Amino acid sequence: MSIIQVERLKSHFKTDEGIVKAVDDISFELRDNEILALVGESGCGKSVTVQTIMGLLKCPPAIIEGSIKYLGKELIGMSNKAYQRLRGKEIGMIFQEPMSAFDPLYTVGEQACEAVSVHSKLDKAGIRDKIIAMFNKVGIPEAESRYDEYPHQMSGGMLQRMLIAMTLACDPNVLIADEPTTALDVTIQAQVLNLMRDLQKEFNTSIIFITHDLGVVAELADRIHVMYAGKIVEKAQVVELFDRPKHPYTKGLLASRLKRDLKGQILPFIKGTVPRAFEFPKGCRFHPRCPHAMEICRQRDPEPVVFENGHSCSCWLYASNNNIDGVDKT
Amino acid sequence: MILKGTNIKKYFPIRKGVFLQTAGYVKALEQVDFELNEHETLGVVGESGCGKTTLGRVITLIYSATKGHLAYTTPDHHTSHIDKTINKHDLKRYRRDMQMVFQDPFSSLDPRMTIGDILREPLDIHQIYPNRNERDEYIEYLLSRVGLYPEYAIRYPHEFSGGQRQRISIARAIALKPRAIVCDEPTSALDVSVQSQIINLLQELKEQERMAYFFISHDLDLVHHISDRIMVMYLGSVMEEGSAYEVFNHASHPYTRVLMKSIPHWDPKQRKLGSVHLKGEPPSPINPPKGCPFNTRCPKAYDRCAREMPTLKRLNNHHSVACWLYTD
Repeated sequence: MSIIQVERLKSHFKTDEGIVKAVDDISFELRDNEILALVGESGCGKSVTVQTIMGLLKCPPAIIEGSIKYLGKELIGMSNKAYQRLRGKEIGMIFQEPMSAFDPLYTVGEQACEAVSVHSKLDKAGIRDKIIAMFNKVGIPEAESRYDEYPHQMSGGMLQRMLIAMTLACDPNVLIADEPTTALDVTIQAQVLNLMRDLQKEFNTSIIFITHDLGVVAELADRIHVMYAGKIVEKAQVVELFDRPKHPYTKGLLASRLKRDLKGQILPFIKGTVPRAFEFPKGCRFHPRCPHAMEICRQRDPEPVVFENGHSCSCWLYASNNNIDGVDKT
Repeated sequence: MILKGTNIKKYFPIRKGVFLQTAGYVKALEQVDFELNEHETLGVVGESGCGKTTLGRVITLIYSATKGHLAYTTPDHHTSHIDKTINKHDLKRYRRDMQMVFQDPFSSLDPRMTIGDILREPLDIHQIYPNRNERDEYIEYLLSRVGLYPEYAIRYPHEFSGGQRQRISIARAIALKPRAIVCDEPTSALDVSVQSQIINLLQELKEQERMAYFFISHDLDLVHHISDRIMVMYLGSVMEEGSAYEVFNHASHPYTRVLMKSIPHWDPKQRKLGSVHLKGEPPSPINPPKGCPFNTRCPKAYDRCAREMPTLKRLNNHHSVACWLYTD
């Protein structure tokens, strides 16, 4: 069953330098009880995608087209009031920088309490108990006294756990995590990833996990969507993607991993740099960096080609001949 | 040997109140010893707050050490002590020979200077090319060395991407033909696909220019890839030190082992982070624990660890560890 269904979503922005097509015609679904990873480098549109889902973009300057359905209900064009009932209660979100997600002037307890009280009928003492129970669950030592402390008294890892606790205290159906471990050290990252996996099992939450780190994805995700320059270029189950990547970009990302037995040798790399959002190339957006680029790649955007096991890839290499009629093949 | 540091200590005072009295210290480095050899990459790895950046900045004299001393050996085997008594000529020479590449390519290049100005400045200070044409030719050569077009010399930093800026920083660092470069997380602000390009460039330059690197990073895989020797730091102290092979294949300190286990594996069929059992977080460097700094989180700690600080002990010629488990 799909919880969130995104169809032909476009999030464009009007800027002085032209229209920025940050997210351009993407479709995907989030299924019940799964961890879906959106993977890509900076500027690929992964954060804008979830900000659109959460209704956090101001229109204008944003121009949003397409459809986002949450349990069959259309979210695009929904009133802000209706969105407020959805955010937090139905779809919770964790941000990259735990330090800036909290207001430094209020205690963490007050802030968690405020968020929960919007959606809960419990009285203040009841909410406090609930939050302290959640703090304990995510492994915060001395949760009772931590409740009355300020954000600057916590470390980054602790704040990130509190953010997770506070989000889950509203018991959302969907959790969106935007690079939740990028700002954390490796040992703390391991703790937070373990915690997220355990909580996902316990609460049956569906998670959209955004990251640029394929190592993290391999540890956590069930399915992966790889994004590049505003497009989803490949979708696959996690094992399938690591074993049989199809898109040249995915292959390049996987190849650039540092392998122990190739110490000191020249690393494989993807040539060039990620294009800036207002100057995405015509045709397939990866073609200037692609080792297999053909004439058609410079002219037309590839449509997704579907393989077995729900694996799909948008690349002309896999298109059958009748798809490319009318274009010179060289 | 190029540089030897003995007992390096760096405390940052915390000042409070109207008269800015010293209320305590951030103990960033506690008695660190290290050696940097000719044409060698010394990788320094650790989590945030372990003092790796501070150590890099002590070496490049951005910070002066609170205690301890740095001994610099010139190619003709003359040793000078880098302290307050050093003469101007030796100091200038040291600064020329030890260059630095910073972490953030967006704040380490002056936005008001063109790329040409940025590369010209060190050459002018050290009067390398008094002849203008020769100097401009050398700047063009530098740009092509790091994979950029010579025409870029008239452009400004904001016109470049993160990866390109890091190339400019590298060009600036190699301009004076240094003997060693301190690289402070040179790729952590870059995209994954660009990271490998910069690492390849650094490796290539090291071979061609026969330089040494003091390579600071939190990324264990990266440090393993690039380093000849590795130093693992925790809360201002060196926990383990040795050849890259030894440290990775015979990791001895409990902290090093936890670090290794915490790196994601890139293999969805063998998920392994579940096997990491490390409680808590690094203690504050303002109030570090007594004894071994890792004892509050160490799975193998015993009573001695909380009492006395272990010193680095040699396991073999290429491997030392500071842990009470390895004393006999």
